[in-house]
Amino acid sequence: MRPTDISAPGYFHKVVDCQWACPAHTPVPEYIRLIAAGRYSDAYMINWESNVFPGILGRTCDRPCEPACRRVRVEKEPVAICRLKRVAADYKDDIRGRLPKPAARKNGKRIALVGGGPASLTVARDLAPLGYECVIFDQDPRAGGMIRTQIPRFRLPESIIDEECGYILDLGVEFVGGRRIDSLKALLAEKFDAIFVGSGAPRGRDLDIPGRTEAAKNIHIGIDWLSNVSFGHINKIGKRVIVLGGGNTAMDCCRSSRRLGGDDVKVIVRSGFEEMKASPWEKEDAMHEGIPIFNYMVPKAFEHDNGRLTGVTFEKVKAERDEKGRRKLVPTGEPDETVPCDDVLVAVGQENSFPWIERDIGIEFDQWDMPKVDTTTMQCTRPGVFFGGDAAFGPKNIIWAVAHGHEAAVSIDRYCNGEPIEVRPAPAVELISQKMGIHEWSYDNDITQDKRYRVPLREQKIALADIKAEVELGFDPQLALAETQRCLNCDVQTVFTSSLCIECDACVDICPMDCITFTQNGDEADLRTRLTAPAKNPTQDLYVANDLKTGRVMVKDEDVCLHCGLCAERCPTGAWDMQKFFLEMTYAGEACRSSA
Amino acid sequence: MTYIVKPKFHHPSLPVNELGFTHRDYEGSISTLCAGCGHDAISAAIIQACFELNLPPHRVAKLSGIGCSSKTPTYFLGSSHGFNSVHGRMPSVLTGANLANRDLIYLGVSGDGDTASIGLGQFAHAIRRGVNMVYIVENNGVYGLTKGQFSATADRGSKSKRGVMNNDNSVDLVAMALQVGASFVARSFSGDKAQLVPLIKAAIEHKGAAFIDCISPCVAFNNHPGSTKSFDYVREHNEAVNRLDFMAPRAPIHVDYKPGELEIVEQHDGSKLALRKLHADYDPHDKLGAMTYLQERAHAGEIVTGLLYVEPEADDLHDHLNTVEHPLNELNEKELCPGAGTLAKINASLR
Ligand SMILES: Cc1cc2nc3c(=O)[nH]c(=O)nc-3n(C[C@H](O)[C@H](O)[C@H](O)COP(=O)(O)OP(=O)(O)OC[C@H]3O[C@@H](n4cnc5c(N)ncnc54)[C@H](O)[C@@H]3O)c2cc1C
Ligand SMILES: Cc1ncc(C[n+]2csc(CCOP(=O)(O)OP(=O)(O)O)c2C)c(N)n1
Ligand code: SF4
Ligand code: SF4
Ligand code: SF4
Ligand SMILES: [Mg+2]
Repeated sequence: MRPTDISAPGYFHKVVDCQWACPAHTPVPEYIRLIAAGRYSDAYMINWESNVFPGILGRTCDRPCEPACRRVRVEKEPVAICRLKRVAADYKDDIRGRLPKPAARKNGKRIALVGGGPASLTVARDLAPLGYECVIFDQDPRAGGMIRTQIPRFRLPESIIDEECGYILDLGVEFVGGRRIDSLKALLAEKFDAIFVGSGAPRGRDLDIPGRTEAAKNIHIGIDWLSNVSFGHINKIGKRVIVLGGGNTAMDCCRSSRRLGGDDVKVIVRSGFEEMKASPWEKEDAMHEGIPIFNYMVPKAFEHDNGRLTGVTFEKVKAERDEKGRRKLVPTGEPDETVPCDDVLVAVGQENSFPWIERDIGIEFDQWDMPKVDTTTMQCTRPGVFFGGDAAFGPKNIIWAVAHGHEAAVSIDRYCNGEPIEVRPAPAVELISQKMGIHEWSYDNDITQDKRYRVPLREQKIALADIKAEVELGFDPQLALAETQRCLNCDVQTVFTSSLCIECDACVDICPMDCITFTQNGDEADLRTRLTAPAKNPTQDLYVANDLKTGRVMVKDEDVCLHCGLCAERCPTGAWDMQKFFLEMTYAGEACRSSA
Repeated sequence: MTYIVKPKFHHPSLPVNELGFTHRDYEGSISTLCAGCGHDAISAAIIQACFELNLPPHRVAKLSGIGCSSKTPTYFLGSSHGFNSVHGRMPSVLTGANLANRDLIYLGVSGDGDTASIGLGQFAHAIRRGVNMVYIVENNGVYGLTKGQFSATADRGSKSKRGVMNNDNSVDLVAMALQVGASFVARSFSGDKAQLVPLIKAAIEHKGAAFIDCISPCVAFNNHPGSTKSFDYVREHNEAVNRLDFMAPRAPIHVDYKPGELEIVEQHDGSKLALRKLHADYDPHDKLGAMTYLQERAHAGEIVTGLLYVEPEADDLHDHLNTVEHPLNELNEKELCPGAGTLAKINASLR
């Protein structure tokens, strides 16, 4: 193998599994250490800069970082990254003094943002302090998008939404609530310098099976029902409720039903339990509230009597693979089953819809009627019009909306400064040695064996009685501290200098995870089998260094390194050093421009 | 020297041996020696060898004297028996232990000071008696523990870290071991585990006195340019006469060398040593030839390593003394006091 180029910013970034997996590339281990040190405000600010909504995300994030966390490969359960973020938000001081100020001087550029969800809010947060005049239009009265209208209060209290949306609106962003944009053409005519479309994926899919119209009164589209609950238009539901669908919306529907009078709430899904789209923890939370999940049942008809829904009939199926190995649901041949109920919530998916975008204004749509949007610049086929969040590539989640927002802000800033938007700014990277003494490091390299700590919950009787009572109470500082100790500090990198190595094997012998090998070079597939412990995870890189005196190479498998620093402590010559990698994304502003 | 405890986590796909142990299960507590010490690499080689041999840790006894090298038994085989004796006195303590319980595997771990300086006499006699043991000298040419004075194995003409010349002649432990009758003699280097691990395995399986002189650079006091026991010097002057592959009894033999290049030596327990010859004229069964060859090469400034001599069907102390098969420490009153009749018989035989 060719020696690893550790100066490429991507190499060490990838080693920080959580940060690499986070769409906004939040420096996770850095904020976890700050929480351990009790520096909650500092931890909050690091989060605020990269993901904009720490208090919201600390309760609701889809957390792509957690399945990626190295702790999963080393032990089993990831570090509770998401819930630690919440700790920073819960225990911070008043940080308003540390936020950017509204621009003292406007730069004369006006940006229109359609929709006031996390995508638009991120764009506004990045651009407003630079002097852009940002105007957000939303059909709803208040900012937040689906964060406010869909996510139930028992997962996310409204005060948190108000606080974090407020930080952005206080930057001098204009929010025009209650105004629906019905024509993009008309908006274009208003001569904004750029337009950002962050209108989300607002349409819930329906289920067109017999009885749908007859029993319509008791059949509700999940996301419409949730927003009605959120706005207080709906405050009760029948005793027996069936939720159709296996995604996170279904989980919010069933749990909300439990709180609005549903005593007997069931989730029924077409496919297998394992294939459900909902995150494992959302399923767990629902089942914990006494909601059973039935699988392999395909809805066939709504049963009704005199315009009143009486139940749903299901066909029983099983999964089989066809000749091409594709998974298919086939009937088991068992008799259909009718499950009696009073109300049905249909949560079988969400769609985009752009009836307000004219098709003759240079914005091309693809075969699925989605705008063609560049995945890097977020621009559509009409220059100056950008998309982000669920509006860009279909329903995702908040953290993706934020990531899109940052990228769109960079594009808009370059666009308004007459610079090509395809040229993207590189992130700033830094490597700093953590050595303080022969075996002292400026990070805590002692690793706990502790299992993941559970977040304390509100007593269930109280939680189920009030739809606004937050279920999770969050870690207290002691639990948070204990959980922080599980983080492996993957950003503190093992950095090797061949010229210093005397090949004494001390690092090989001490490494608890058998990461390091000195051997003859070979191609990657061959090397992976010849290491001290076989490197069976091809998604994790091998760090290769040559120029050793014996002509061998040093190979380090990054896969399960604990970043414990023992290799560096044992190295008599300092050939290994532990260096903190810090990656800062470049956001809109001078740093992102070529002329700066 | 490290303050944190080595994490218990281990690699998810770490192999396990026949006993279900990983090599981590053969570790001891974390070493307090200087970072990079050759002795730690030898400990790791012992761990690997015991793991590969599927040794139950409680069947092993580690004995040592005094010195950095003699401290190392704390850092491997944490679940085995151990005895830290007086400086230079490991051989007699080991001999006593072996007499009392012949069923254990004895690992004598010593330093060049512990063996060639203060313990020279003990060393010679334990070997001479053929005590069934592995005797490893972790040879760094200095008294590491007492801050780096020359030991008796320091080569004449080599320089101390501060530039002082050693004018005394050195003791060549390999030559002595051969002379006093060791039935397995090897030399290796802490920086070459591929060579060292099979040698330790073969020595453990060998019946009789097995001696390994393992050069082990002292990074604190003897790894400088004037030293003949530094990483660089040893790597430059290392002449391996053969490469050993150890094979457990019954293991199939794969031979893909040209005839004459590979020799299979079978030991008393059926284990096989596959010796790949690197020097065509070196014969590890010819003691006289070996002694001459070693002297010649030493004179030429080469450090000869490999399996230097082996007598596969050797006797040991228990054979010489004609002791019972059963360990002495387990004999009970019935066997030890066989009664008046037996005593009368013995007395009669002496008349
Ligand atoms: C029930 C449910 C639960 C969810 N839970 C989570 C969760 O726990 N964690 C998570 O990460 N994600 C969750 N999501 C997904 C998440 O809410 C969205 O991915 C995210 O809000 C998308 O942000 P956005 O800015 O793209 O759009 P949105 O948040 O959808 O905001 C778009 C806004 O634009 C407005 N709008 C649309 N069209 C117009 C128009 N023509 N004129 C004016 N205004 C308009 C809408 O009213 C809305 O306010 C959930 C979604 C649902 C449905
Ligand atoms: C009877 C006695 N004399 C002297 C000493 C002091 N002493 C301790 S260790 C040592 C030398 C150890 O040298 P070596 O066996 O080569 O071990 P190393 O530390 O080099 O591994 C000496 C002389 C002692 N402990 N006991
Ligand atoms: S152990 Fe810590 S730094 Fe490593 S991936 Fe998990 S959270 Fe991130
Ligand atoms: S930091 Fe070094 S010693 Fe620790 S696990 Fe990683 S490679 Fe091994
Ligand atoms: S401990 Fe240091 S000098 Fe020794 S082999 Fe490892 S990197 Fe090289
Ligand atoms: Mg010594």
